[in-house]
Amino acid sequence: MALVAIAPFLAAALAPLVQRWAGGLAGWVLALVPAAVFVLLLGFVEPVVANGAVPVRFAWVPEHGLDLSFWVDGLSLTFALTISGIGALIVLYAGSYLKGHVHLGRFQAFLLAFMGSMLGLVLADNMVALFVFWELTAVTSFLLIGFDHWRQAARRGAIQAIVITNIGGMALLVGIIVLHQVGGAWDLSAMRAGGSLVRESGFYGPILLCILLAAFTKSAQVPFHFWLPNAMEAPTPVSAFLHSATMVQAGVYLLARMTPILGGTEIWSIVLVGFGGATLLWGALAALRQTDLKQMLAQTTLASLGLLVLLIGLGTEAAIAGMVLYFVAHALYKAALFMVVGALDHETGTRDLTRLSGMADRMPVTFIAAALAGFAMIGLPPTLGFFAKEEMLLGAFAPQWLQTLALVVLILGNALLATVAAIVAIKPFLGIVGPTPKSAHEAPLPMLVGPVVLGALGIVAALVIDQFGTLVLEPAASALLGHHVESHLAWAIDWRSPIIWLSALSWTLAALVYWQIDKVRTMLIRMHRAVNWTADNAFDAVMFALIRFAGTTTRLLHHGRLEFYLVVVFAMVALALLVPTIGMGGLSAITIQDWTSIGLHEWVVLLLAATGLVAVLGAQSRLVAILALGVQGVAVALIFLLFGAPDLGFTQFMVEVLSVIILTLVMTRLRLDERDPRPMEDWIRDGLLALLCGGAVSLLLLLVVSGTLDTSLSDFFAATSVPIAHGSNIVNVILVDYRGLDTLGEIAVVMTAALAVVALLRTRRRAGETFVPKDGEA
Amino acid sequence: MDSALALLAGLFVAAGIYLLLSRALIRMLMGVLVLGNGTNLLIFTAGRLARDGVPIVPPGLEQAVGPIANPLPQALILTAIVIGFALFSFLLVLVYRAYQVLDCDDTDAMRLAEPVDAPKPPLSY
Repeated sequence: MALVAIAPFLAAALAPLVQRWAGGLAGWVLALVPAAVFVLLLGFVEPVVANGAVPVRFAWVPEHGLDLSFWVDGLSLTFALTISGIGALIVLYAGSYLKGHVHLGRFQAFLLAFMGSMLGLVLADNMVALFVFWELTAVTSFLLIGFDHWRQAARRGAIQAIVITNIGGMALLVGIIVLHQVGGAWDLSAMRAGGSLVRESGFYGPILLCILLAAFTKSAQVPFHFWLPNAMEAPTPVSAFLHSATMVQAGVYLLARMTPILGGTEIWSIVLVGFGGATLLWGALAALRQTDLKQMLAQTTLASLGLLVLLIGLGTEAAIAGMVLYFVAHALYKAALFMVVGALDHETGTRDLTRLSGMADRMPVTFIAAALAGFAMIGLPPTLGFFAKEEMLLGAFAPQWLQTLALVVLILGNALLATVAAIVAIKPFLGIVGPTPKSAHEAPLPMLVGPVVLGALGIVAALVIDQFGTLVLEPAASALLGHHVESHLAWAIDWRSPIIWLSALSWTLAALVYWQIDKVRTMLIRMHRAVNWTADNAFDAVMFALIRFAGTTTRLLHHGRLEFYLVVVFAMVALALLVPTIGMGGLSAITIQDWTSIGLHEWVVLLLAATGLVAVLGAQSRLVAILALGVQGVAVALIFLLFGAPDLGFTQFMVEVLSVIILTLVMTRLRLDERDPRPMEDWIRDGLLALLCGGAVSLLLLLVVSGTLDTSLSDFFAATSVPIAHGSNIVNVILVDYRGLDTLGEIAVVMTAALAVVALLRTRRRAGETFVPKDGEA
Repeated sequence: MDSALALLAGLFVAAGIYLLLSRALIRMLMGVLVLGNGTNLLIFTAGRLARDGVPIVPPGLEQAVGPIANPLPQALILTAIVIGFALFSFLLVLVYRAYQVLDCDDTDAMRLAEPVDAPKPPLSY
């Protein structure tokens, strides 16, 4: 089991190497991996049929009670077998389709990693693991859709896919966390055992919303449908895989998996049938509008997804049986048809419906495969598609209004899909051979294996429908519904049943539309133009608005004007100082000391400092300002001297004198504007801000000196300076002994600054007269 | 005196910030010096003032006699003054070089790293 989950990723890591060594045969070699996974999974069929489910569990994050648990039951096995089986054929096909492509190895790696994520997604029992694999499919599909990254359309398709599906991914994360809170377990199997616990909780609505959002975005339901046709920018093998068994089916799988936990309520049925039905009709009509075969198929995928969602919403045994049958039938025929269209495109150079005709002679094997798949899509006996259609019509055959509505939608949708099937699978091959950009000839063997095998499987499964019923349908439907479902599939047509006549009705409708296809298409195109607004355009509008908003915000905050940065910084400083001081009632704790205790000489020093400051601010010439700067520095040195700090006073004197001398020397070399360049309003703003900050500092300091001081550290230094450190100057002892490392750091800073100064001054000689900014230099 | 010095420290900070907010590089440089002095005064005052008693132990004694000034803030400030001077020297040379290269000392006109007409983000995929 662990092998199933890991093998595709390992193969993905090795794919580029295999591609280099094996060359043309690499496709065959790499296809062995999914084929082996398929065979391995086949081994699970017997135990699943016998026991219902096979749980597999590894410890993952035991501290949080998270296990990497897998759950192989009928539902997950059906999906996993389809994914790995079709995956093997796709890898083989891709090896030939992209033959000679520089990045074929990379492509195969993406493809295998994508398949691995998808397998993990359908097999996971732990919801966190499910989410991780869900997101992995989004990331790997992004890489696949945007594989031709030099084309803007491919990039756009990829970005659209990842943005839309990631919205759903986030919703899924929220959904499973709330589910965990309500249900108390991370495992889906445990949640299923909880019965109607979730349905009856007050959080049912939000959970349902999140899960539905996840499923609808991933499975491209209206109104999130637009990313899927745009994902057609990917190379055809990717489209074939994405549209048949993987990616978009993840949403369907999620809904199916959640049916026993969330399903069965009225709102569930109405929402699923409503959105599913809308998507079915939308996709089918949009498909008829196209003339590009690939686009046509892409739109029918929307329709099929809508159909599956609708069936899950109906939730009756027959509807679920129809859903399982249709999922398998659809995966087989859709992958086959995409490969056929890819082969047509590859061999004729066009996939435009109006330019292709009479290809049956040139590509007979492709035609056979196309016809097989086409019959399944139309739902003709003897194909799996026929049984799927019978079951789904039976599932909606009930007197309630919702079922009746669903029945009408199903008949209409099936009719339109059948028309598309006839156009895609039959029309290009019949008639007289027309001219094509490339001279048409049969596709190479690796590109034929896939469609032929898949097309034939659709018939074989129908021929052994009894066994198919017991081996696939029963376990899957039982797992989905949570109780045992009996398969009643049999290889017989009951002419008295009304269902077969409903099928006949849909075929008749299909024939009618096919007959008038040109008129229908013209009408649909006209309607589409008349609306002139699509969700696709809306996506662009939203994305560009986001980019503009980000640009504007960046400009607003990152405007490149130093003074505004400083204004913001100092405003924050003022707030940080004032709000706690005043807010926590600090004002009342302040005690002002007696002014009379200040001696005359102390007043003189204070006045000297204040005068110096004012003079610095108000000086008319630079030289006066620098001298005033010296005055305030000397005043500070005097304050240090007066209050028991001769060392500080001495150092301050030295530094101030040096600063003034150096500043004066530099100033004489610069031709500077004497005046303050600030306009009046800036002057007021800066002044107010400065006063606010200064006032805040004063307030804080007043508050500090009004409180008591913990002098234990100072007392320790004073008491141990001589006995321990053998120095009588306590300040010096602290600097060079107790805090010696700090002083080392200080010296390092001074040295670094000196080196930087030297470096800056030396570059002058090399820079020359004018400065020319170079690339990357700022 | 503590209260008076508290007000003086506030005045230093206000003057320093006012100078820093001016767009002329030399005035900003002075602002750095003044703000540094204000901060030193803040630390000094927060450690309380003592009019007499330098933190020096007389020769022959194990401990200082009588009240002495708090030695801890002095040690901190001594470090701060030296580092402040290093910072000042470095900034001064930086300003000098910037002036030589760009031929102006107005920070608003120094837009080499963040030009006014920087291109807008492209609206495409």
